[in-house]
Amino acid sequence: MRFLLDTEQRAFAASLDAMLTSADTPAAVRAWAAGDHDPGRALWARLADAGVFALAIPEAYEGVGPLPVELAVAFTELGRHAVPGPLVETVAAAALLSALGASGPAKRLLPTLASGEAVATLVLPGGAPYLLDGDTAEVHLAVRSTGETADVHLAQAPVRTSAPLTTPPAADDTESSGSPAASRGTTEQAPVGSSQQAGSAGDATGAPAPAPGHEASRISGTPGTSTMSGTSGAPDTPAPPTLPTAPSPPRPSPRPSPDPAPRPSLDPARRLTRPHPGGELLATGPQVARAAAQALVWARLATAAQALGVGLALLDRTVGHVKQRSQFGVPIGSFQAVKHRLADAKIALEFARPLLFGAALSMAPADVAAAKVTACEAAYATARSALQLHGAIGYTAEYDLSLWLTKARALRTAWGSPAECRAAVLAGLSGGGPRP
Amino acid sequence: MDLAHSPADEAFRAEARAWLDAHVPADPLPSLETEEGFAAHRAWEAELAADRWSVVSWPTVYGGRDADIVRWLVFEEEYYAAGAPGRVGQNGISLLAPTLFDHGTQEQRARVLPSMATGEVIWAQAWSEPEAGSDLASLTSRAARTAGGWLLSGQKTWSSRAAFADRAFGLFRSDPDTPKPHQGLTYLMFDLRAPGVTVRPIGRLDGRPAFAELFLNDVFVPDDDVIGEPGQGWRIAMSTAGNERGLTLRSPGRFLAAADRLVSLWRTRADPTDTALRDRVADAVIGARAYQLFTYAHASRFLDGESIGPESSMNKVFWSEYDIALHETALDLLGPAGELTDTDWSEGYVFSLAGPIYAGTNEIQRDIVAERLLGLPKGRR
Repeated sequence: MRFLLDTEQRAFAASLDAMLTSADTPAAVRAWAAGDHDPGRALWARLADAGVFALAIPEAYEGVGPLPVELAVAFTELGRHAVPGPLVETVAAAALLSALGASGPAKRLLPTLASGEAVATLVLPGGAPYLLDGDTAEVHLAVRSTGETADVHLAQAPVRTSAPLTTPPAADDTESSGSPAASRGTTEQAPVGSSQQAGSAGDATGAPAPAPGHEASRISGTPGTSTMSGTSGAPDTPAPPTLPTAPSPPRPSPRPSPDPAPRPSLDPARRLTRPHPGGELLATGPQVARAAAQALVWARLATAAQALGVGLALLDRTVGHVKQRSQFGVPIGSFQAVKHRLADAKIALEFARPLLFGAALSMAPADVAAAKVTACEAAYATARSALQLHGAIGYTAEYDLSLWLTKARALRTAWGSPAECRAAVLAGLSGGGPRP
Repeated sequence: MDLAHSPADEAFRAEARAWLDAHVPADPLPSLETEEGFAAHRAWEAELAADRWSVVSWPTVYGGRDADIVRWLVFEEEYYAAGAPGRVGQNGISLLAPTLFDHGTQEQRARVLPSMATGEVIWAQAWSEPEAGSDLASLTSRAARTAGGWLLSGQKTWSSRAAFADRAFGLFRSDPDTPKPHQGLTYLMFDLRAPGVTVRPIGRLDGRPAFAELFLNDVFVPDDDVIGEPGQGWRIAMSTAGNERGLTLRSPGRFLAAADRLVSLWRTRADPTDTALRDRVADAVIGARAYQLFTYAHASRFLDGESIGPESSMNKVFWSEYDIALHETALDLLGPAGELTDTDWSEGYVFSLAGPIYAGTNEIQRDIVAERLLGLPKGRR
């Protein structure tokens, strides 16, 4: 029993902290919120170089993981610096694809996620019905559950590279596939499909139009059997698409979403869209449901870590503020009412931290849910105190505190509401709940 | 980073569990805040001590097992999971003994510790006074020099267990002319049955005499019963307050066991559609785990040679508020029976209400967290 980060893990945190401090991350967050993803993607590339995304990806797919403890270390720093983008979603996508295994599109997609060339976003059962930052992510995954089984679709061609990752979504094909998913998603097809076309046509960099005949890339299968497309060499699959290994400047402007306009989030750096109902069917069957459950665990762990970091940053900034802000001739931090709010924030965050790392060690769904709800509640409570103790300046969008304040609120309900996480904690106990 | 216990620690756990299985009384003992219950709990201490389970973290020479902090945590997990009785000797074991290990003489340790381990002598604390609570350093009870020792006079109050205990320890002002109030204090041990001592039991909220007032009128204490140097009492008392308050006053095992009992109650008593209560039960489960893991993290730091100082104030605020919330949830699950005092939960609830007040109020603890961990400036309390 030695429940402490080791020297290497602490050094990893310190190096990310230093890198993100020197990178002027707040400016990247504000650009991201304004629709300019370039500074954020540059930051993303540096995080990938530091190995952040590889932590969720097994060595077989050019990752270094799975290393959930190190991932929790990294995501705490990402939260501390309010790094924008579908960070959690890329990790969850990596977990999903890894769990689907060699028969899935793992070999095709995971190396690009590890290297940072591609950014992923996804929807999963148990998470929100929105894609985060679908307007910049190259890989859109949508897992839809049908009871014991589930299917996963890949949508939207890559927009930042010269070759498509896959074929574009085509709702009509989904309808005719005969897969267990075929009967869903009909209501959103028409507007989605039309904007998809417009988006492709308007791609200023001349990214190729989606290849026709993409229906050939889908293999229907019976539940319980892997039904994958991709690089497996099956005769009816097209040649595996590839990504260039180097970014191809100048970076294209993000392609308009295939969906209706993004829904504005309270956190302006989070851009939410409805997932496309169609896309390339990557897999279907009970194994997809199991993989999605694992991906949800990774999503919650990463969110918990990110929230902890957000809370720690809010606390740090507020402590700094109340030490230097004077009223009635003394620093307001000398008042007990101020001290006690901050002491409570400190206590809440410091008790969330061991739950996070305990969960990273076990990766048990109940442990991760406990860490998620506790870290998010602590971060949110800290945000409330941070706002109150900053006073009116904290209520402004222009003051950087807002970057963390709004994220704390958004993370609280992302990837499992407090009630869902608490229910998952009790579901993890042997013996069940009360009977009517 | 790793939470797995060593095979040796697991063997220790198995040994403790087997002993507890064979010895824990089938029926709960009477409340230890009654004369009958106090005696029953004292007998239980003797039974524990007979097989060296009463003070596992102490050196073997004083009746312990030389258990390190991790083994102590393991023992506590097993102890409370087995439903074993509350520890009537807690004050002495967790507050006085660490002080004697750090600041006592060899003679004092040899004289005091063995009878503490067996429960033959139960210790009460004598810190607070009518005019000295959170501002403990303002205390005015005197220790006046006399031939071969000291004469204690004044009044102590809120003295836990003093209604039935044998001896007490606390701080007394031995030099009234120092420039600062925390100077000139001396740490002494004294006999509650000595001439000049009057003990007036005080009923707590439920009427049980869980604490007492002590009136001291020229009570003679020999020099042998001064701990450390006269005048150094504040430093001595505080040096163990931080370390020991944090990691040994309330073990995670007791809250893990309480959360388990709460879950059982929820299963048998709850309306399955009541999600508000369900969430509070979940919070009790989560909080017990958080407290356990927080403690393991700090135990790991301790084993690495770091000292645990103001962090223990976070610990105290957390467990004391957690304990109340857990018991409130239990009473709410009991519904109309929640007000009855003959349930398994009632005494725990009443006891939990004192948590944020004793061992340094939570307001003082939050000041410590803010000033010493966050670096905020001192101000008026």
